[in-house]
Amino acid sequence: MFHRVRFLFFKELIQVFRDPRLRMTLIFPPLFQLIIFGYAANLDVQHVPIAVRDLDQSVESRDLISRFGSSKYFEIVAYPEGPNDIEALVKKGKITFSIEVPSGFAKKIKKGETAAIQILVDGTESNTALIALGYVSRILSEYSNQVIFNRLNLEGMGRFEEVGVEVEHRIWFNPNLESRYFYVPGVIASIAFLIPIILTAQAIVREREIGTLEQIMVTPIRPWELILGKTLPFAMIGFLDIILIAFIGVFWFKIPFRGNPFILLLGSLLFLMSSVGIGLFISTICSTQQQAQISTFFFVMPAFILSGFAFPLENMPQWLQYLTYLSPLRYFLIIIRGIFLKGIGLSFLWPHMKALAILGGGMITLSSMRFQKRLK
Amino acid sequence: MVGINFAVEVEDLVKTFGDFVAVHRIRLQVRKGEIFGFLGPNGAGKSTTIRMLCGLLMPTSGKGRVAGYDLLLEPERIKRVIGYMSQKFSLYEDLTVIENLHFFGGIYGLKGSVLKERERQVLEKIGLKEISDRLTRTLSVGLKQRLALGCAILHQPEILFLDEPTAGVDPLSRREFWSFIQEMSTQGVTSFVSTHYMDEAEYCNRLALIYKGRIIAMGSPTDLKIKTLSHGVLEVECEPLMGSLHLLKEKPWILEVAIFGNSLHVIGKEGIALEQEISDLFQTHRILLHRMEWVRPSLEDIFVSLIEGERN
Repeated sequence: MFHRVRFLFFKELIQVFRDPRLRMTLIFPPLFQLIIFGYAANLDVQHVPIAVRDLDQSVESRDLISRFGSSKYFEIVAYPEGPNDIEALVKKGKITFSIEVPSGFAKKIKKGETAAIQILVDGTESNTALIALGYVSRILSEYSNQVIFNRLNLEGMGRFEEVGVEVEHRIWFNPNLESRYFYVPGVIASIAFLIPIILTAQAIVREREIGTLEQIMVTPIRPWELILGKTLPFAMIGFLDIILIAFIGVFWFKIPFRGNPFILLLGSLLFLMSSVGIGLFISTICSTQQQAQISTFFFVMPAFILSGFAFPLENMPQWLQYLTYLSPLRYFLIIIRGIFLKGIGLSFLWPHMKALAILGGGMITLSSMRFQKRLK
Repeated sequence: MVGINFAVEVEDLVKTFGDFVAVHRIRLQVRKGEIFGFLGPNGAGKSTTIRMLCGLLMPTSGKGRVAGYDLLLEPERIKRVIGYMSQKFSLYEDLTVIENLHFFGGIYGLKGSVLKERERQVLEKIGLKEISDRLTRTLSVGLKQRLALGCAILHQPEILFLDEPTAGVDPLSRREFWSFIQEMSTQGVTSFVSTHYMDEAEYCNRLALIYKGRIIAMGSPTDLKIKTLSHGVLEVECEPLMGSLHLLKEKPWILEVAIFGNSLHVIGKEGIALEQEISDLFQTHRILLHRMEWVRPSLEDIFVSLIEGERN
């Protein structure tokens, strides 16, 4: 019964591995992505370049500035003379922000009045700016606490120093908050998404282009045999890619793998249905390989952005959040990160598995129906 | 309809694409073992008809049988007993000769030792045994054509549908190809061949001429010659050729005039003393007449005149 599927299956594999370009597609982009996200992608904000202008030149102002200088988050790279210099530094991108301590700063503190400092922030890289500002306000609040305590001490109320709420946090799953723990499982998902889509769409469209699809169509092959034979090989390649990259992730990048590998494999199978389903769908709307490439881009980009691969879903507007439910990548990211980092099992992942099964099954059914219509 | 003696039998076959009528009420019968030529200019509806007969396209209306199976109801049964070769020689260029054969054999449901044996026989037959491990990409057009034919006959079809199988192939390969088709015919295999090479039409047992989706003539090559141009063709060698062509075209007693090599083929209306008229005309216009003689019409003459007749 699977006789014809088998012939198609091996033919596709021969073609993929014989084509030097396709062979490269299978190996280099995954490794490249892995290296980029494993080493380079780092959302931690450190060594932010700043400029300082101290117009007060007092013990107090120097104390405040030294708190910035000694922080690992900041690096003082310039001491500008005037506002114009600051502007130039910001425009050139030499600094992310500048601090200006006005004259009279120390005098006000000593009098017990509120003293202000000015901070000018370059908001171009909004994320970095936001995180840096968080560190700034932490340093400033520590400093003003110190000022208040000093004051209380002075008034002879030193014992109040003990009062206050202290936060003691403990971070689970990724105690050092390393970006690559977050990204490497994501890379696995993205490769398993992309490669089967590209291969499936290209394999079918190429045959349509050179006329062999028609040649196959005059044989007694049944539509389901053709569809299976044209998708299985690429689902398998995606599956092997998942395993390969997962191994590299665990043994090279030391990403913890806390869950059950079989649950990951099950999730991968369900996820690959969506990938080849989308590839099949693209092949039904395109007649040339070029069109297929462009369409792949249009399908894949939104699926990525709406998946939580890089941008947190919670920050998206509500209506857009509904759309994210359509991205199969969204569910698989939860599954793969959950299994890698949290070690959670089927009982937690079940809803996501179900969603993948529905999406993948739906996609394949829809595409198969469209595919058959195209033949007539 | 009794399909026993006919390999292909269709009635009122119609295919429309939107407003465009590609094939209009075609009716034809092809006997078993016959080589049936399907002729016509590009865009006449040849490929569309063949694709309908192969079950690749659903006819808009009409009915028919191929190899005894109903065209509309049993297309999948038809597919098992026909071989199809398109003008593009649809092969996998990145597979070797033997891999192409192996793949198509498998898709046709052959397996194991039967498949192996058929591959061997076909390689032998199409003469590609020595180069069976070569990538198809590296083959000449003529060899690709042979391989495409090989892929179409692996499963020993009863009927071969060949859609312009000789397009772009050198004359020697074309001749080999036709002798191959003739050999298949002696073994009882029916061939339904479309072409626009007129010389190839002579190889066919019977011909149909299709023009703008309609069959405008059908019969054996000899039949067509006798029926269509009974009063013959006058071959005229003269100088200047183009000038004479334009001159003759305007004369009311001319049915058809066309360039044929370095001379003109002229067909006059019935009851005209063509030789006399031409020599008179040439004399008045000082055209040099080298030679004038009655010849048997070629199929090309016939089709040109038939199509001209349709146009008017």
